[in-house]
Amino acid sequence: MNGLGVKLDDYRAVAPRGSVDFMLRIAERLKGRRVVQVSVSRYGGSAEMLNRLVPILNNLGIETSWEIIIGTADFDAIVKAVDKGLSGVEQVVTEAMLARLHATCASNARRLPLDADLVMVHDAAALLLVEGRPPAGRWLWRYHGNLSAPQPQLWNALRPFADKYDAAVFSIATFAAPLSIRRFLILPSIDPLSERNREMSRGEQSRQLERLGVRVDKPILLQVGAFERLQDPLGVVNAYRLVKMHHDVRLVLAGPAPGPASVFAEVQEAASQDADITIVVLPPDPQSELNALERAATIVLQKPLFTGFGADVAAAMWKGKPVVGSLAGGIPAQIVSRVTGYTVETVEGAAFRIRHLLNNPELIGRMGAAGREHVRRNFLITRHLGDYLALLAHLSG
Amino acid sequence: MPAAEPFVFQGCVQVCELLAHQAHDARELLEQVRRAPAESIFCHTSVLLVHRPPQPDAYPNDFAMWADTELRDRRLTERLAAIDPFRLGSIESVRAELVSTLEHHLQQLSAAPTRAGEPFQFLQYHLVPVPTGHQVRTLREFRDALAEVDVSALFFHIVEARYRLGHGRGDFAEWVDTALGRHELAERLSHIDPYAGTLERVRERHLIALNRALEEEAEP
Repeated sequence: MNGLGVKLDDYRAVAPRGSVDFMLRIAERLKGRRVVQVSVSRYGGSAEMLNRLVPILNNLGIETSWEIIIGTADFDAIVKAVDKGLSGVEQVVTEAMLARLHATCASNARRLPLDADLVMVHDAAALLLVEGRPPAGRWLWRYHGNLSAPQPQLWNALRPFADKYDAAVFSIATFAAPLSIRRFLILPSIDPLSERNREMSRGEQSRQLERLGVRVDKPILLQVGAFERLQDPLGVVNAYRLVKMHHDVRLVLAGPAPGPASVFAEVQEAASQDADITIVVLPPDPQSELNALERAATIVLQKPLFTGFGADVAAAMWKGKPVVGSLAGGIPAQIVSRVTGYTVETVEGAAFRIRHLLNNPELIGRMGAAGREHVRRNFLITRHLGDYLALLAHLSG
Repeated sequence: MPAAEPFVFQGCVQVCELLAHQAHDARELLEQVRRAPAESIFCHTSVLLVHRPPQPDAYPNDFAMWADTELRDRRLTERLAAIDPFRLGSIESVRAELVSTLEHHLQQLSAAPTRAGEPFQFLQYHLVPVPTGHQVRTLREFRDALAEVDVSALFFHIVEARYRLGHGRGDFAEWVDTALGRHELAERLSHIDPYAGTLERVRERHLIALNRALEEEAEP
């Protein structure tokens, strides 16, 4: 199901008891309010959720538009550099690049219809749009990444613009930067009706797995993530090797086509010596492939050394899988250790917890079920929508 | 007999605000507990009931959970966990108990307090009450509505009403007693521990008590 035509009613079967009717009541109170969402793209992390939330909000009678910042040919490169710099990866962001960002935001502020009760500006590159804000309406800056250790000069240049908003919204407390404005927290979410998370028949799942070359004759350990050092696929291989001494399992490492910074060759080398390691290079937009892989997994690993919120964890828990994850980014905010899986700090810790689960198969089912309920209450789009409505009610009276 | 005064169910949505207050050890926690807004103390001792993970043996407030995971101080954790907002009845009493517990703990320390890996970040929830659309006059209607309302209604009528707004034993017990005249049932409802696991479990316990009362009513 794509985002077009999605209605809140579609979520009745999966949302917590009573929550859809309650959401309809809240929306009733807010009918007629106008919201503008602004982002730099219709694709990628934050856009994926807007694809769903915008039609639902409109369907609820809250007039919501979604505007995109349009820039010149070099704008995309500037957006990437600013995003990386704010996440703490050292970048060269020149005065000229910042001036281009400024000019792009200024021209978009003149062009876009930004007259609304609430304007929510997503991403770092759109931040400067606030310079052209009209006098009425409340303005929020929604930053989806981790702003706890940004590149100092870059943040020093951008922070004065952040302080011109009425408030900022971060995903979790540890991602927030100090600001002179109010700071709110809204957890990201997953869409249970999306291609990635919808129910999938066993037949369809088998066909997908066959196509990907994944065999299901043994318990499967799965990590989804780029073949890059920061995702630590080699650490996952080492954890698997410790487990393999005691349990006959398969390891599946699935990620997008490797880029220049990848450790793909090293992962391939490790896999070439072990027939039970399967490497899956995913096609672009691999939603149904990931759905099938997560459903086939016995235990899901998410062991990056550095990550953003990492909603892959919630996606796996929604499919009833225990997750063994690192303490990076938003992973500890999703796993309830010892209840829905385990958080670990080392390769050895990951191996120990996986062995513990394989030795106690009843725990796999129990933790998987607890994880699904935890996601139902805290990480579904319905909870996300409730947070948006609450914020709209709180800020616009 | 239908009640003259209906019971109107209210749910609530919350906006979570991150405050500037934070603490890296027990001494800083004491300072910040003294200074934090009352709504923040309420948030860290009660609002987690709404979002609580399915962990039956989890500590009942954020302060205890932080002392456990970040300070790894079992003694402080257990003492903070024993603070019961319902027994204390008001946020300021809870603050006083937190201050006294932390002061006592710091007096007993022979070395500098342990630094936490992650600081305690003070939050504040802004509650927006919204009627759920359920309005009832009989015990049966009350039971049926309670079975289907959004779980935030349980938080609003049991925790928010009783502890923050000072409505004594909570809205459910109050209405069952004063509007329906069911004193014994009201007593039973008022003794259900809101900290006994998740709010869904609290809902189940209320439904068990209400079903039993309805069965007794039906018996000749």
